[in-house]
Amino acid sequence: MKTFIRATGNISPQETLGPGPLLQDLVIQTGNRLACIEPDYLKYIDIKFIRRMSRIIKMGTAAGMECLLEAGVKNPDAITMGTAYGCLEDTGVFLKKMLTQNEEMLTPTAFIQSTHNTIGAQIALLLQCHNYNNTFVHRGFSFESALLDAMMLLEENTVQTVLTGAADEITDASHAILSRFGLYKKEPIANTDLFASHTKGTIAGEGAAFFLLSNQPSATDYASLDAVYTFYKPAGIVEVEEHIAGLLEQQGLSLTDIDLVMEGNNGDATGDGIYYALDKTIFARHPKVYYKHLCGEYPTSTGFALWLAASIIKNKLLPFALGHSPSGDIKRILVYNHYENLHHSLMLLSAC
Amino acid sequence: MYTKSAAVYVAGVGVVSAIGNNTAACLQSLENGVAGIGPITSLDTIHKNSLPVAEVKLTNQELSEITGLPATVSRTALLGMKAAKEAWVDAGLSHLPALRTGLVSANSVGGMDKTESFFGSFIQDSQGGRLKNVVNHECGAVTELVADAVGIKHLVTTISTACSSSANSIFYGARLIKHNILDVVVAGGADALTKFTLNGFNTLQILDKEPCQPFDENRRGLNLGEGAGYVVLVSEAVAKKLKNNLYGRLSGYSNANDAHHQTASSPEGTGSYMAMRGALSLSGLEPKDISYINLHGTGTYNNDISEGTAIRRLFEPSYPKMSSTKSFTGHTLGASGGIEAVFSVLALKHGIIYPNLRLQTPMQALPFVPETVFQKNITVHHVLSNSFGFGGNCSSLIFSKL
Repeated sequence: MKTFIRATGNISPQETLGPGPLLQDLVIQTGNRLACIEPDYLKYIDIKFIRRMSRIIKMGTAAGMECLLEAGVKNPDAITMGTAYGCLEDTGVFLKKMLTQNEEMLTPTAFIQSTHNTIGAQIALLLQCHNYNNTFVHRGFSFESALLDAMMLLEENTVQTVLTGAADEITDASHAILSRFGLYKKEPIANTDLFASHTKGTIAGEGAAFFLLSNQPSATDYASLDAVYTFYKPAGIVEVEEHIAGLLEQQGLSLTDIDLVMEGNNGDATGDGIYYALDKTIFARHPKVYYKHLCGEYPTSTGFALWLAASIIKNKLLPFALGHSPSGDIKRILVYNHYENLHHSLMLLSAC
Repeated sequence: MYTKSAAVYVAGVGVVSAIGNNTAACLQSLENGVAGIGPITSLDTIHKNSLPVAEVKLTNQELSEITGLPATVSRTALLGMKAAKEAWVDAGLSHLPALRTGLVSANSVGGMDKTESFFGSFIQDSQGGRLKNVVNHECGAVTELVADAVGIKHLVTTISTACSSSANSIFYGARLIKHNILDVVVAGGADALTKFTLNGFNTLQILDKEPCQPFDENRRGLNLGEGAGYVVLVSEAVAKKLKNNLYGRLSGYSNANDAHHQTASSPEGTGSYMAMRGALSLSGLEPKDISYINLHGTGTYNNDISEGTAIRRLFEPSYPKMSSTKSFTGHTLGASGGIEAVFSVLALKHGIIYPNLRLQTPMQALPFVPETVFQKNITVHHVLSNSFGFGGNCSSLIFSKL
């Protein structure tokens, strides 16, 4: 069954929200933390709601609303969300007050909005959407789980449209903690130099990407999402290759049917070794592009990747920001990402 | 390939809650009318003597010895492992080779119990706090501790929709079977008591300073609890190999959103009405077919009138037996749907109905009264289990006798 991507809404460290040329001007930030470019929220959300919302809730809600605007859908038949960290800012605010004020004089707002399902719930509230609403919170599988949920709902034929999104934020606290775990590069680096560094660590990223998925085609679809597949803690490269071959076989495809491979390289010398190994074997003959110099690394970055892959197919254009220009039409893209070599995922897209 | 008519069976159950460390112990407490609600002993909090909670009567050290997980990991993982392992062993699947097995878990705040101890040092010095206390902060990290220990790898995911989390994980698991993605799913949820949650609910002024009284006219609020509950769901093909040990069938499920307020339920119970109606519709049942409703029944003013109103709208004029087992276990948040799913299938299997404890004055606005005594030798055909949460997330499950 085909799942059509009818519309998108993507808030990221690049200029990606709304109509306009695809990644025309690459936004360059130096450091080890890429921050989202936030829109004028008044276009999407009533001012009285904006005041109470934290940054990730605003970004998620606005990206969702932009997607619905583009789709011309007022009320989706379902909403599914993926977020690894949930609403970190509100969680941190409530935790800090609780600890520093010795559990006294606390107010509920930050607690209420710290709940992981807040973004999906706020969108439902703003739309008065009573339909199916679910939030997945499984690290590097959060968005893929939300996508799988959406695709199953569409196949069950109880719904025609699903709004599916991914959202995660970096806060000062999360950046400091994840830095201590050694996730990020110690030296400042321009995001455009990410893949030339060959040092340890990556750059932190964040974003909110939404998709209007449907089992009915429309004249303006971006692409078809043919499969999403996850695998957990593979034993080694051979197992990764087996999973990729298995998915293609299940789809009745072979490696030569893939026009472009989009990989989740994040500049970390160790983690990228997996991609480089595949580039020498099963992907040796494929044009390949990376995306994390645009959005940074975070557990739901595949939301950005899906947006980028769908946009490439729709625009029939590989933007300069990807530093690559293969010949021929790009009709089928395979996105392969792993997060910390724990959560591996594949998304297969094709032209409608 | 999705098969709408594919049956999904419950082959195993596991539970740990304030009323028992396993299924048998919980059943005994339910029969004896013994609640697990009492003073706080495990959390270091200023609310120690003012807010009763429903604690699991096992220390982290004891849970560690039983489960084999280190005592230093999040209590949510320890509780989850305890119940998931019980369910897994109960299902007796280990002799069946090459099954596609998944873990779909749920929790509300991940490894927050450990993050709390990290954060105190961290806010004073960004290099402070031990990283091992924050490494499993994410909801999904807690699930993975359990998945790795049980040896489940094919599909692992986590849902967090506040208090309806594990009802959603159970029916997401069932759908993975109906779509032929998995053969077996361990599904449910876990949550440990944390200061974060206790203080959060306290700011909302919905915590009862006494043991809660769900569906009582004079109810004052909820008691927080902790625990974990999992069911092992299997496909028809797997069920055929396990005939002796099936608890029932997950025949209906539905998820709807109240879209009324971030934390409060609508007075007319829109979301809960839609969730119950949707579950009935999928199961092909009429309201009169339901033998028992395991209520969400938190004991807050708002939930119980909203849920009760939705039940009146859907079931009028004849009402099934119903009760809130949160009067025993407290509100275990992300675990509640899992724990109550276990209680629901036990009601089917054993033909029993649980009492709604401490019900003194029935709600005047409602035309029905929950059951107040434990009942045996009842034919329970279909059980409806309700789970409603913050963010308007409402889910209902229906379990049916085989």
